[in-house]
Amino acid sequence: MMSIAPIPIQPYLVVSVLLFAIGVLAVLTRRNAIAVLMGVELMLNAANINFVAFWRYGGGEQMEGQVFAVIVITVAAAEAAVALAIVLNVYRRFKTVNVDQINLMKG
Amino acid sequence: MAEVGYALFLIPGLPLLAFLLISGIALRPDRERIAPAFLIPALGGSLWLSVRALVAVARHGDQTAWWPWVYVGSISLDFGALVDELSAVMLVVVSGVSLLIQIYSIGYMKGEIGYGRYFAYMSLFSGSMLGLVISDNLLQTYVFWELVGICSYLLIGFWYRRPAAAAAAKKAFVVTRFGDLGFMAALLVLSSQRWWHFQFGQLERLVAQGILAEGVVAALALLIFCAAVGKSAQFPLHIWLPDAMEGPTPVSALIHAATMVAAGVYLVARVYFLFAAAPAILFVMALIGALTLFLAATMGVAENDIKRVLAYSTISQLGYMMLALGVGGYTAGVFHLTTHAFFKALLFLTAGSVIHAVHTNNMWQMGGLGRRMPITAVTCLIGALALAGIVPLSGFWSKDEILSAAWFSEVPGHEVFCGLALLTVFITAFYMFRLWFVTFMGEARSAEVHGARESPWVMAGPLVIFAALAAVAGGLKRIVPGTGHGFGELVRFGEPHEAISYLVIGLSTAAAAAGIVVAWAAYRARLVSPAAFNARFPAVYALLKNAWYFDRAWELFATQVVIAGSAVAAWFDRHVVNGMVDGVAWLSGWFSRRLQATETGQVQFYAMIFVAALVAGLVAVFGRETSLLDLLRLGP
Repeated sequence: MMSIAPIPIQPYLVVSVLLFAIGVLAVLTRRNAIAVLMGVELMLNAANINFVAFWRYGGGEQMEGQVFAVIVITVAAAEAAVALAIVLNVYRRFKTVNVDQINLMKG
Repeated sequence: MAEVGYALFLIPGLPLLAFLLISGIALRPDRERIAPAFLIPALGGSLWLSVRALVAVARHGDQTAWWPWVYVGSISLDFGALVDELSAVMLVVVSGVSLLIQIYSIGYMKGEIGYGRYFAYMSLFSGSMLGLVISDNLLQTYVFWELVGICSYLLIGFWYRRPAAAAAAKKAFVVTRFGDLGFMAALLVLSSQRWWHFQFGQLERLVAQGILAEGVVAALALLIFCAAVGKSAQFPLHIWLPDAMEGPTPVSALIHAATMVAAGVYLVARVYFLFAAAPAILFVMALIGALTLFLAATMGVAENDIKRVLAYSTISQLGYMMLALGVGGYTAGVFHLTTHAFFKALLFLTAGSVIHAVHTNNMWQMGGLGRRMPITAVTCLIGALALAGIVPLSGFWSKDEILSAAWFSEVPGHEVFCGLALLTVFITAFYMFRLWFVTFMGEARSAEVHGARESPWVMAGPLVIFAALAAVAGGLKRIVPGTGHGFGELVRFGEPHEAISYLVIGLSTAAAAAGIVVAWAAYRARLVSPAAFNARFPAVYALLKNAWYFDRAWELFATQVVIAGSAVAAWFDRHVVNGMVDGVAWLSGWFSRRLQATETGQVQFYAMIFVAALVAGLVAVFGRETSLLDLLRLGP
């Protein structure tokens, strides 16, 4: 029986790096605050992929990687709730969610 | 009698406690009558303990006690009491004289506004002086030294509503402060040395073993002498003492006899080991002393205020003490300090008694008081004779010791100093008997005199006791009661030595007698006319009357030289010191304006900096071991 060669860890890492880079790019360049938040979500998920991949290939005997991923997902949900609430209030105050125009702290 | 131990602290402690109690309880007008009831027993206790300490010192040697005060790192300072022969004698003199003066004050200050305040200040004053005397280190001495200074400020300005009194208090404070700078500088010099030693015993060892550099010893001696010049009203800082007469008369008596001015001489005697190791400074001291004793005596000749005459005589007598210390007559100087305390307190209290009766300080509004106030007149005569140095009163013994010490000294120019001192004996006798004849003899020169009556016993009693002390204190030279030693064996620096020149004694007695006779001829018998003398030599009269223009000179110095110097300092401050501060402020402003540009308020810009910093950090940490290519080289 021809066994399928096991998939090495590198493809996971490449995906994770790409995902993280896209997230950073979104956070740094998107003007819409909602899109910025989405970028943050991408970065968190890139981290999740890393957690799980390293757990699977790092010889972890317990479930640390998965547990961490679940925790990150939970925290991400909470973060999204808080951040969206903030964005909502920002919108009420400034009538825009364009982060370029929200610069009250300019020195 | 056993050793005294920690009870030593009670000697200054009791009057200081009295100060607290009076301040807390007896300041209110309806209660202030009880104020002396705190102070007099406190001083009585101090006197009793002082006598015990003196006896213990004579039998068992130095009495010490200490409490830990400051312990930081290698620095250890104790709050200590050191009572040796010198300080034991001073303690007895200070507490005894203070006690009698306070008893006198009960009568003198009766009915004054601020009666309670007066006794509160007096308690603090006595306590501070006693604290100064028992201090065993320079730092502690400095604390009490300043306390004595502030007390004299408060008491000279006791009648603070009188502008003259307020000004005199300020003058006394500022002028003595001028000297105190020397003390402070001495402490700084001392703490710049490797040893953090302030104790007299430690210092003496350092000097004896030659560990302290010669220059440092000389600097210390000079600086401490500066402090003594201010406190003991020596030329050229003597100007505050005559003005200090604005205070109540018992205050003057206390300042002149036992506390303020005695502090300067005492300090010099206390650290005499420094001076003994710096002969040049001893010469300076002798010179200043000789100048002071002569100049002050001549100032006293033309003065009409009875208290100011006594003030000049104090300055002059302090000059004698400094001269004695300067020419190496340690015992003579301290002995004169002791006898002077008795007869000068006596003279001031008699002056107070007279002023109390006739309500004026001007001698020319008195006259003929001898019949109306016999006790005051006789006690004043005893004081004047003692001051003039007539056998067998106390002043004779101490003054002749000083003259002999100057005569036999090895200090350069000692013959001149001795001659000046002899001449001053004549002047002293002259102005004292001018005072006595004008005040107590002749006809009454104002209406007030007719109503004058002898002071009550609470005032006359101390006069009689002081008169007795002033008369017999010369006997201390032979034996100090309770110790079994003569003064010279007890209070000495090095081996006791006594050299008396009968030539000097004869000359000084003749000079004193001549002074009395001239005063009698001029002011009693009217054989010669002082007015004619003044008319003949108006320049001399003006010079003496204006006290050699020292006040004017100081005023010029203050308004011209000091202001000019201050202008330079102000320019420096405004342009250089301020300029530096402004420069620093401007520089940080410039930088922050540059940095301000980075504060865009754009969240994404900040995030970018985070990311860039993170990447830079990662490259910096891992970049050396792993290249980017390694990361991308896929494979297990």
